[in-house]
Amino acid sequence: MSWGSAAEFFAMGGRGWYVWSSFGVTALILVGEMLALRARRRALIRTLREGASQSAIERIESNES
Amino acid sequence: MIPWFAALAAVLILIGLYVSFFVAPTDATQGEVYRIIFIHVPAAWMSMLCFVLMAAYSALGLALNARLSYMMAAALAPTGALFTFICLWTGSFWGRPTWGTWWEWDARMTSELILLFLYIGYLALRGAIDDPRRADRASALLALVGVINVPIIYFSVKWWNTLHQGASVSITRAPSMAATMLLGMMIMALAFWMYTIAVVLARVRCEILERDAAARERFTGAQA
Amino acid sequence: MISGFFQLIKRELLLAVRRRGDVLSLLVFFVIVVSLFPFGVGPELETLREIASGVVWVAALLATMLSLSRLFANDYADGALEQLVLLPMPLTLMVLAKIVAHWLLTGLPLALVAPLLGLQYGLTGVPLLVMSLAIAAGSPALSAIGAIGAALTLGLRGGGVLLSLLVLPLFVPILIFGAGAVDAAVHGAAFGAHLLLLSACSIAALVLAPLASAAALRIAIE
Repeated sequence: MSWGSAAEFFAMGGRGWYVWSSFGVTALILVGEMLALRARRRALIRTLREGASQSAIERIESNES
Repeated sequence: MIPWFAALAAVLILIGLYVSFFVAPTDATQGEVYRIIFIHVPAAWMSMLCFVLMAAYSALGLALNARLSYMMAAALAPTGALFTFICLWTGSFWGRPTWGTWWEWDARMTSELILLFLYIGYLALRGAIDDPRRADRASALLALVGVINVPIIYFSVKWWNTLHQGASVSITRAPSMAATMLLGMMIMALAFWMYTIAVVLARVRCEILERDAAARERFTGAQA
Repeated sequence: MISGFFQLIKRELLLAVRRRGDVLSLLVFFVIVVSLFPFGVGPELETLREIASGVVWVAALLATMLSLSRLFANDYADGALEQLVLLPMPLTLMVLAKIVAHWLLTGLPLALVAPLLGLQYGLTGVPLLVMSLAIAAGSPALSAIGAIGAALTLGLRGGGVLLSLLVLPLFVPILIFGAGAVDAAVHGAAFGAHLLLLSACSIAALVLAPLASAAALRIAIE
């Protein structure tokens, strides 16, 4: 362990900005990709559900007529 | 299966971060800033690996006319492009304090930039084609052309770089790398692997469902 | 089959003669792009001599790019392409004929005009000749690689921009060797290796690229 204190850890030997923006952007990108995928999946499931119910409704209507 | 890979990725990333920040020693010449390589190098590996895998799945798709192969290739592309971007970004943030410039026309960085262009071209081609069958096959062909060109581009850029020695900085990345540094990089690389598998599988699942939905729509549309 | 190959080239040239403006405007584009740079970097011949190789080569790449979108598009639009595909000759050979004709109509004229532009940039003597030779030796690879992109983007919306996205990164080695040859000649160094590498790239591209673009054409018109 080469850190004396938390402040020293975040300072990264004076290069904190470079280190933390590198790791930060990487984390942002990975999390962003996962969130985008989740949003895509949710939207997909929603449209599938709507589509299914719609066709079900249509089927019922066509049976009634 | 996807949650398992995701969980594995999360655990490995935590271990990797622990090793890179608390186990690996301070570099004698570069100080603390070298810790960026714990994501930079694995990201570079993943960016190339994703491209090769993409081309392999594309070849498989073209050879066997297998739809799932095409979908795997297509699902790998965005993640590969993101890793390429991460590699460039972290390389830049490592180069600024180490070399004194945000961008250096070093052979590896330049090749990585062109790799990003190739990924973007692949994604743009897929995006421009509406017919999924043509999109699959055309982009597969482009991936194969790209993968043949990547080594040619790399060696030509390297050659170009050595010709213009005056402008470039010779880089000897951590000449005597401590075993724990290598370990940290390996764990991070493994974590990125697991992450990629999880994300790509999730994307393929979306893609299959979307195509199913589109096909069903066409089918019911034709019936009505 | 061989006579068919030459007939195809003749057909392309004949079509080009009927549309003379296309080749001409391409050359004018090339000249204008190269002539614009001094306005950006200043008229000092010392500076211009240093950047001449790169500027002329990048302009040549762009000019080639612009002409590529027409490589199959005209035939595709009027339906001739479907007939060409049905010819009793391998599609690869048909594509090769197209590529050769394209080189005769773009690469060769560009190579002939380039020395004039070199004069604008303060080059004299050997470098001018090398510039011509390098463009002549490297542009077959540009036509061949470009044909893949042209076939892949056939009939797509935003085809032109998309084509440049696909093809320009693949042009990087040609640009490096081509500009390197001129640069070496400008600085009085040996340029033979560059020219040989350029020719090697062109030969390899002429062998491999027609296969890929024939496959791409089949995908596009199916």
